[in-house]
Amino acid sequence: MLPAIEISQVHKRFGNVQALRGVDLSIQQGEFFALLGPNGAGKSTLINILAGLALADSGHLKVLGHDVRTDYRAARRSIGVVPQELVYDSFFTVREMLKFQSGYFNLRDNNAWIDELLESLGLADKADAYVRSLSGGMKRRVLVAQALVHKPPVIVLDEPTAGVDVELRQSLWAFIRRLNREGHTIVLTTHYLEEAETLCSRVAMLKQGEIVALDTTANLLNRYAAIQVSVRLDPPRLPDVLQPLLCGQEGEEFKLSLKHHAELENVLYALREAGIRVVELEVSKPDLEDVFLKVVQS
Amino acid sequence: MTGLWTLFYKEILRFWKVSLQTILSPVVTTLLYLLIFSHVLEEHVRVYPGVNYTAFLVPGLVMMAMLQNAFANSSSSLIQSKMNGSILFILLPPLAYWEFFVAYVAASVVRGLVVGLGVGLAGLWFTAMPFSHPLWILAFALLGCAMLGVMGIISSLWAENYDQMSAVQNFIIVPLTFLSGVFYSINSLPPFWQGVSRFNPFFYLIDGFRYGFFGTSDVSPLFGLSIVATCVLALSLATLLLLKSGYKLRK
Repeated sequence: MLPAIEISQVHKRFGNVQALRGVDLSIQQGEFFALLGPNGAGKSTLINILAGLALADSGHLKVLGHDVRTDYRAARRSIGVVPQELVYDSFFTVREMLKFQSGYFNLRDNNAWIDELLESLGLADKADAYVRSLSGGMKRRVLVAQALVHKPPVIVLDEPTAGVDVELRQSLWAFIRRLNREGHTIVLTTHYLEEAETLCSRVAMLKQGEIVALDTTANLLNRYAAIQVSVRLDPPRLPDVLQPLLCGQEGEEFKLSLKHHAELENVLYALREAGIRVVELEVSKPDLEDVFLKVVQS
Repeated sequence: MTGLWTLFYKEILRFWKVSLQTILSPVVTTLLYLLIFSHVLEEHVRVYPGVNYTAFLVPGLVMMAMLQNAFANSSSSLIQSKMNGSILFILLPPLAYWEFFVAYVAASVVRGLVVGLGVGLAGLWFTAMPFSHPLWILAFALLGCAMLGVMGIISSLWAENYDQMSAVQNFIIVPLTFLSGVFYSINSLPPFWQGVSRFNPFFYLIDGFRYGFFGTSDVSPLFGLSIVATCVLALSLATLLLLKSGYKLRK
């Protein structure tokens, strides 16, 4: 099966800034993929090149096997992009914008799908309102609808929930999840790492234009994120054998860093052997934020 | 072709929705010129034998309105969408660079013709007009609107803000239009300025357009047509190359 997105050795420079330094990435069809990185890491540049909004200095990018330069019509028909900025054309209504967008993709009669999109995104009662009159959250929904108007097999969402309220975020993700279940490939960039952790099966992290981590979410969590255990002991002392695991102490509370949950049994065993009683114990779940910070700061 | 047609229709709808500003307003402004200049100069100026000054003025003002509005249509649409970011709605779809070009130029031609028709019809209220060679009228009208539509695309591609865009409008387009013989025949100018006027392509547009009405012109209409057609062709090729390269559109 063709990869949904294939990126090889992509370089891009803006003046003195090297935005992308030989990025290689392959995303399979049906994946829910996260592209993460700090501001200025090159995420949006990569997405813009993929969507044809920017041109790479060198390298190749394909969407479902179609080169974004030489076979741009097929490539652009295969991809739908929700841009980061809240952009809109102030002259037109929501329905007009969706009809135009359909026409640009050579779709003459797309009203049934437009109605379904409006309904699914909670825009049905705003269909004839001017986009400029809508709230920020509603404008964001219009952008999502515009990106999906041609039923693209690959959907790229660049910070889709930035500045969006919780209710919309939940309904948006429910809709995107449904599209993913129906076979659409989803690529997401977000600053809300818990979203990426919950939704995405695979993650790539960009730093200064390079991919510095690429794996399944589970593997990244196992590899980078330590499990932190906070314990209060009686008597309040840590046996020597557990000292290497100590990563901090607040009063009588010891903080231990474990690589796997399985190590917890060893800790409890060592405490029992030393005749120390556990008064209080708290295990904190590792999250993608820990991974992100470690990867980005390394 | 659905993509091209949709973009063309969108551009038409864009100016139609604000027709008070894009159609009625230039028609009224041009009629004010007609009212004032014809009132002041009617008794004092005779340019062509047997043609009163008001009748001489009408084709010039019609062409001037067409040129300025054709330019305004493509340039304002593109610069606005560049500035507010909505340009990406036409950069993301699979539209070819030539479809982009044809849609914007065709919409500019339509706006130019609609405004020109408005000014022309209102001008008939002031004076009777002959229509000696209707095909010449149509040819120069189409080429004039197309030329300015193309110039509007080039200017808005180049401009990075509204200030630069208005500089092109005020320092290039308006002077070229006013100094092209809208209000006078270049034969009434000193030899030096007659020579300079011949380097202004807008002069051939107005002179040829006027020929269509009166059958009289300062230069041969065929020569004028070939100059104008060459300019349209050269500007179009340059614009197509810019659009193909993604100049200031695809970073």
